[in-house]
Amino acid sequence: MSTVDTVRTRLDALPDVGLVIAFIASIWAVMLVLAIAVGGANWANLAAGFVGSVTVLIGGYAILALALNLQWGYTGLFNIGIAGFMAVGAYTTAVLTAPTDPAAGAVPGLGLPLWVGLIGGMVMAAIIGGLAALPALRLKADYLAIVTVAFSEIIRLIVNWDGLAEVSLFGVPFGTGGATGISFKSANEVASTFINGVGQPIVAAAEGVGVSGPNLANLTYGILLLLVVAASYWVLARITNSPFGRVLKAIREDETVTQSLGKDTRRFKIKTFMIGCALMGLAGVLFRGQAGYVSPQQFRPTITFYVFAALIIGGSGSNTGSIIGAATFSGLLFYLPARLGENVSLGGTRAPGNIIDAVAGLGSLDPLPLLAYTISNVSTLRFVLIGVVLIYIIQNQPEGLLGHRNEPATSVSLDRAQSGSGGETDE
Amino acid sequence: MSEPDAAPRQETAVTSDAIESPLLVVDGLRKEFGGVVAVDGATFSVAEGSLTGLIGPNGAGKSTTFNCITGIHEPTGGRVTFDGQSITGLPPYTLANRGLVRTFQIARELSEMTVIENVMLAPGGQVGESVIRSVTPGLRGDVIEAETAVRDRAWETLEFFEIDHLAHENAGNLSGGQRKLLEMARVLMTDPEMILLDEPLAGVNPTLEEKLLERIHELRREQGLTFLLVEHDMDVIMNNCEHIIVMHQGSVLAEGDAETIKSDERVLEAYLGGDV
Repeated sequence: MSTVDTVRTRLDALPDVGLVIAFIASIWAVMLVLAIAVGGANWANLAAGFVGSVTVLIGGYAILALALNLQWGYTGLFNIGIAGFMAVGAYTTAVLTAPTDPAAGAVPGLGLPLWVGLIGGMVMAAIIGGLAALPALRLKADYLAIVTVAFSEIIRLIVNWDGLAEVSLFGVPFGTGGATGISFKSANEVASTFINGVGQPIVAAAEGVGVSGPNLANLTYGILLLLVVAASYWVLARITNSPFGRVLKAIREDETVTQSLGKDTRRFKIKTFMIGCALMGLAGVLFRGQAGYVSPQQFRPTITFYVFAALIIGGSGSNTGSIIGAATFSGLLFYLPARLGENVSLGGTRAPGNIIDAVAGLGSLDPLPLLAYTISNVSTLRFVLIGVVLIYIIQNQPEGLLGHRNEPATSVSLDRAQSGSGGETDE
Repeated sequence: MSEPDAAPRQETAVTSDAIESPLLVVDGLRKEFGGVVAVDGATFSVAEGSLTGLIGPNGAGKSTTFNCITGIHEPTGGRVTFDGQSITGLPPYTLANRGLVRTFQIARELSEMTVIENVMLAPGGQVGESVIRSVTPGLRGDVIEAETAVRDRAWETLEFFEIDHLAHENAGNLSGGQRKLLEMARVLMTDPEMILLDEPLAGVNPTLEEKLLERIHELRREQGLTFLLVEHDMDVIMNNCEHIIVMHQGSVLAEGDAETIKSDERVLEAYLGGDV
């Protein structure tokens, strides 16, 4: 039995919510162990920092992976413009909520409350998503992919454009800030105010063991993001486990058949695309805009491919798998190696300057130079690791960790009714 | 003859055997792919409650005619009328919702979905197909109720076709014959008035063939369904269909009951490869 099979069998035995909680908790445990191992007297603060950051990453990627799972995993809509739809959400929220009287040199916004901004961001991302989908959905799947990637770059170039950095409409000044970006009151700041206000005893207790205020705020924000993940999961599970979700799955399998069975597939595809884009917009502001600042650099196409990697690892077509995949990708493949590289050192061995020198050490049976090189360059080499994991998964477990599971698309149990009319036993 | 209106040259064959209450009327149907004329003025009608056979040598335009009737292709010319209303060029989903459905020549099961999911997909106008209703707590009661009804009907339909033991199996794991049964079960769940069957018996063993034909006759008898059947097996057509349409080179060559067709010189020539 291969390792993957063993992991799979264990994962299968747990109910979905328990599975997700256990998985995230074990990532936290790994972070805690790492903090204790390298932190010395400062371990508690370090642990809070590690756990906080990894939770924010998991939360952000989980929302994105869930959204992509609805579009691609369920419906087969190949959206490679995730970054663009995130940017639409983030920028809309930023423009709506940025203060009307900003600090010198910054761009003013409309000064609306954060919740208005978040809803506005989601609605705008959904509208732009719908517009992108409208012409492309009439064509074959490949065209949608081309249109979405083009849209995402167009959006990034537009927000980067000087001409919209600061404009005035009906005497109200606002803008995107161009290449310098825009600052606004972030959700993170709200969480921080919250924990420092209502959660004063917690703050005091945390400071007692040496956890700093910012680290505690970050941890609070991470947990807040997980609540958003839970809410998204709940909504998406209801959407996918319903007659609506059944049509989506059918579109993925064979659109002509679905149409022949009386379903207006275009309507379903556009709705689905808009819902997914709205979630991506929300993730754009909550995740990329967590520090209260957005700039075009944060919405490069790379993030699109990270989300695809997360979903492929977790198993496209499974909501639970999306979260597991997001946690695996962001926690274990993306965040952990970087922290290991920063905090682990090999006594006296200095890292060689390049890979040739590092490998040369092996000639004299000395693995230390290579090891030291690997550790000091881990933040670059982790992408090699991600690539290796992807190749392994695609070859040995193409459905991802949980994609093989059937999550029936229905709102009720599919077992035969137990009314016992007697008709069932008739042959 | 390129004009769709030129079709009435077949009228002589039709009038001798005029159909009293046609459910489906195809009039001068024409379909071109680039320079190739696949269907060239086909004209025929299908009586309500009948089992009509559509035969013809390979390339006669049977499948293209099917695709034009069911909205997969848009016809280049001609008219299709169903239940007294023009349905020419309407999309497949509109036709299905009006009661005209089809199966495919090569069974197209939704392979990554279970058999019962396949069957539960089919019924039209399910309340749960609205996102808002499926998600919102207050509105979801109706969805659950409708789902339970659809599920129970799905089980009955699977039992009717004797594939209920496969309900939780992925459709992709079914054998060729079982897939044909699943297709039939699926279209039946749409509550159709008329079913177009594109070679439902191809690659099906004799026992299963018997079973499928039995089901078709039962559905006609008990629910008054109308069937139009494309099939290559002559015996099946001759023994089961009361009305047979022969297509050749894109248009209708002959029409009538089994005896008429069997004794038609033109049909024999078309099948034996003589020049017409």
